[in-house]
Amino acid sequence: MAEIAVSQPQNLPVGPVGRYGIGWWGVATLVASEAALFSYLLFAYYYTGATTQQGWLLEPSPALKLALPNTLLLLLSSLAAWWGERGVLQRRRPQALAGFGLAFLMGCGFVAVQCLEWHSKTYGIGVSSYASLYFVTTGFHIVHVLVGLLVLLAIFGWTALDYFSPRRHLVVSAGVLYWHFVDVVWLFVFTTYYLTPYLGFGR
Amino acid sequence: MTASPLGYLGHAAGVRAQAILPLTWFTLSVSIVVCLIIGAMLWAAVRRGPRNNAGGDVASVAVERGPNGTRWISVGLAVSAVPLAITLIWTMITLAAIAGPPSNPDLVLDITARQWWWEVQYDSPQPSEQFTTANEIHIPVGARVLVRLHASDVIHSFWVPALSGKTDAIPGQTNATWIQAGAAGRYLGQCSEYCGYQHAHMAFEVVAEPQAEFDRWRASQLASAAAPSTDSQSRGQALVEYRCGLCHRVRGTDAGAVMAPDLTHVMSRRTLAAGTLLNNPGNLAGWIENPQALKPGNQMPNQFLSAKQLSDTLAYLETLK
Amino acid sequence: MRQPDFRTPVIGADSVSHEARLLSLWETSPGLKGFLATVDHKQIGIRYIVTAFIFLAIGGLEALVMRMQLAGPNLSLLTPEQYNQLFSTHGMTMIFLYASPILSGFANYLWPLLLGSRDMAFPRLNALGYWIYLASGLFLYAGFLTGNGPNDGWFNYVPYASRDFNPGLNEDFYALGMVFLGISTTVGAANFVVTAFRTRAPGMSVNRLPILVWGTLTASIANLIVVPAVSLAFFLLWMDRQFGTHFFDPAGGGQPLLWQHLFWIFGHPWVYAIVLPAMGMVSDGLPVFCRRPLVGYSLVALSTVATMILGFGVWVHHMFATGLPALGLAFFSGASIVITLPSAVAVFAWLATIWLGKPVITTAFLFFSSMILLFVIGGVSGFMTASVPVDWQLTDTYFVVAHLHYVLIGINVFPVVGATYFWFPKMTGRKLDERLGRWNFWTMFLGFNIAFLPMHLTGLLGMPRRVYTYNDYGGWQALNLITSIGSLVLAIGVLLFFINVIRSLRLGAPAGKNPWDAPTLEWSVSSPPPPYNFAVIPTVASRHPLWEGRLGTDGGLSSLDRGMLLDSGKETIGTSALDAEPDMVLEMPGDSFAPLALAVGLAVTFVGLLLRTWPAAGAGGVIVALAILAWLWPRRELREREPAHG
Repeated sequence: MAEIAVSQPQNLPVGPVGRYGIGWWGVATLVASEAALFSYLLFAYYYTGATTQQGWLLEPSPALKLALPNTLLLLLSSLAAWWGERGVLQRRRPQALAGFGLAFLMGCGFVAVQCLEWHSKTYGIGVSSYASLYFVTTGFHIVHVLVGLLVLLAIFGWTALDYFSPRRHLVVSAGVLYWHFVDVVWLFVFTTYYLTPYLGFGR
Repeated sequence: MTASPLGYLGHAAGVRAQAILPLTWFTLSVSIVVCLIIGAMLWAAVRRGPRNNAGGDVASVAVERGPNGTRWISVGLAVSAVPLAITLIWTMITLAAIAGPPSNPDLVLDITARQWWWEVQYDSPQPSEQFTTANEIHIPVGARVLVRLHASDVIHSFWVPALSGKTDAIPGQTNATWIQAGAAGRYLGQCSEYCGYQHAHMAFEVVAEPQAEFDRWRASQLASAAAPSTDSQSRGQALVEYRCGLCHRVRGTDAGAVMAPDLTHVMSRRTLAAGTLLNNPGNLAGWIENPQALKPGNQMPNQFLSAKQLSDTLAYLETLK
Repeated sequence: MRQPDFRTPVIGADSVSHEARLLSLWETSPGLKGFLATVDHKQIGIRYIVTAFIFLAIGGLEALVMRMQLAGPNLSLLTPEQYNQLFSTHGMTMIFLYASPILSGFANYLWPLLLGSRDMAFPRLNALGYWIYLASGLFLYAGFLTGNGPNDGWFNYVPYASRDFNPGLNEDFYALGMVFLGISTTVGAANFVVTAFRTRAPGMSVNRLPILVWGTLTASIANLIVVPAVSLAFFLLWMDRQFGTHFFDPAGGGQPLLWQHLFWIFGHPWVYAIVLPAMGMVSDGLPVFCRRPLVGYSLVALSTVATMILGFGVWVHHMFATGLPALGLAFFSGASIVITLPSAVAVFAWLATIWLGKPVITTAFLFFSSMILLFVIGGVSGFMTASVPVDWQLTDTYFVVAHLHYVLIGINVFPVVGATYFWFPKMTGRKLDERLGRWNFWTMFLGFNIAFLPMHLTGLLGMPRRVYTYNDYGGWQALNLITSIGSLVLAIGVLLFFINVIRSLRLGAPAGKNPWDAPTLEWSVSSPPPPYNFAVIPTVASRHPLWEGRLGTDGGLSSLDRGMLLDSGKETIGTSALDAEPDMVLEMPGDSFAPLALAVGLAVTFVGLLLRTWPAAGAGGVIVALAILAWLWPRRELREREPAHG
């Protein structure tokens, strides 16, 4: 007579532990979808640049003096967010608040510098396909940064309300994941718009 | 019932269409055979059903594991792979044979697809040999004709089934295609990419004729418009210059706009309005009076001519052979 | 008081008090509150199904009007613009508002029951998906009903879609509506993916998953990757139209073909996404009526994934006539021919299952088995268009219209109707009428084939697509008349289906737990199931838990009567990805207004964007932000927060 197998798991965690929870996977799938979105934006850039006439780039040598430091600023903000998450993991609320707060401020700085960069451009969005792609792509990114800033603000507030512990902090991990994603996307956008012209693309 | 002038299964008159035709028949035959075989197998399999039906009481028919059956899948795939492989190879061979436009064409046309007609420019190294017409394309039998496709507004597609497959005309780029007629005849073409209100009425004709006739046709097309000989025709010419000339061109007169079909030899064409109407006096009159009734939404507005103006205009247009 | 972080779930059998406890934890609140705030996957699934069937009917009526205009040459029942809006709206409705949502509906209803779970991974996200679907469907139809329906076909090529040629609101409704709808598709896909990997019953390893789960999972992963392409395309179109950007217009350095690439990179995987789950329904349902397991389960599961993967690499076959270099065309032609093979695996598996089984003729069986033939007809016409030279003649003619209706009606509608006959008893506790079902089947089958089989010939005789009228060229008139008559018969068949459903809700023969003696987990619970699905979490030992005694499985038997009780809260079990080992107790959220609020906020935003009233769009954005904040606010009962220090 064949046995009836009854699953009898012992000592299961109840609810999410650390970043092992379905909520984290939910955010990860949405991040994957958003990553695909940016891939298509960059595809539009490369496709248009490859099939259009010469002289498509409005700036054959894009100025890096604002964009490069800004990139570093964003990278540092990811570091700050990571440090803040570690603060939650190690039960050090001041560190957590400092990390999230710094990340937020640096993120605001990034947005401000980006606006300055937009302002300094000699062309508007409707000038050509290059201009449209530049502003809409960096614009999409900035919208994601703004959402990320709201996320950091929420995490900051909830941390201040003492909501999290080393075991229960899924929302923090998910939120910081999102912020890292925003950072990584920027690296691809930056490389495409600011570095590939120097490699000869689109000239 | 006459054969469909846009059909491509029964006959092919052009070199490219002739290359495609056997492959079409092969894939169609394979498809029909496959459907019949699968249909027969399905029928045979299901026919055994009523034995089990027991009034549709599913639970009363015992469940059994049954044979493994994966052989069906492997055999099925193996058998399917054969016509697929043949099609794959045949496709690549045909594609290689007919894709590229000839490097040494006998005739070069620049065709601009517009909502909802076809502007046809005959190219030549000599500027004096160049001319423009609309909707009706003449080519010598056997000539390799390079067609450079342009689109001035939206995407259209150039398709004359008896001669060749489709190629899109896309704004901002030039697509090169080619046609070569193996036999004389009139071959109907049709725009094959949805382009707005009157996509349904954007046909054209390719007339393949012996070289001598083609040369005669070309010479007459190169000539400017005939001068009017009667008063009515003169008045008509003035009307055409003043009114129609806002959009149309008649070479040799002051009507010089290029937004609408060139009318210099409009009476040499078999149809009007991109294949919508046969070109006879009644239809021409009806078209000029009320183009919106015959082809609603097209770019030509109603003219609101008086009866006398209309008859003068017609008298002049009839001279543009 | 701190709740325990770990627990060993209590194992037991069902009891009246246990069920009462579960009911109080899982039941949706009564009345309007429950209606607006429910997160019950079964209620949400039924809403999707009902709404999708309504759109099917509307899309069908649109088609009937078109077929009246085309019943004879040079008729003038419709103006060109009316016809153009009809064919575009018909395509949009059927492909976006029916074909995918109907499968989401069935999947939403069935997945937790098939997987042995109590709910989807994200119940509130599930509710959100439906509300956005409803709102975006209404948004899109607001355009159509005000004479501003899309009029450039469902694939909406530029430049005709641009402002220069289409100045009205038509294209803005379509563009923004599609971006809106895309949010629903994306969140739904995320839900399916995480549910499939993390919330199954213990023992439900990947090689025991029903094929419907394989099909929906594959489609969902694909959707996550490709829906952004079309959403982006529509958004960029809206930017070109409203803000003078130049993504697609050549005058400004834009590329009309960029639209086609983005659209078809989405569009081709999409058509697999709207048939693979339906094929899964057939793979799960047909064997029940053949009284044996599916032939070649592993091959069918793998071919589902292989078809989708290959499906990412064939999109250019929609663009063979656009003047791309021959080498590129050759690659995509080859891939399009090769993709026939994995899709053929299912056909042979189904045929073998019938042949090697003991088929019992029921209406469900008729729909499931007839679709095999329709699949093959649609498949071979697709094979023909895969060859570039042949496609150069076939594309944009009625041949393609015939092909797409065979694959969409044959591989989506017929399985869906079959699935309704199969699962209606589970959902309602009543069976659909079998006599009416036969009439339903034969009218649909005959009507469909009368309408669409001759259409292949219409296309081979050269009739182009998307024409509001035609001349009487050789054969066109007779063929079009036959198609129009067939479409009426098909419509009657669909009407009989709806009548059967509505009648049987009250008058259908009562059905018990398992009227078909089927093998999978959903048939082990009552019809309809209780809100919590399973009183006791089952342990699964094979693909056919309810047939194990009779099939003689080698391993142990599944346990359906004893298992984890999980009644300390609104709970279900979380399991590992491949082997479904339990690894977490999941606390599930109850009724919530946040999804509805979020959907309303999004609707306000999109209406504001459509009408260019930026304050309204901004207000909508604020509502969205607040709704998300409320939704994600960490909750104790979901174990999302606890103080750092005690």
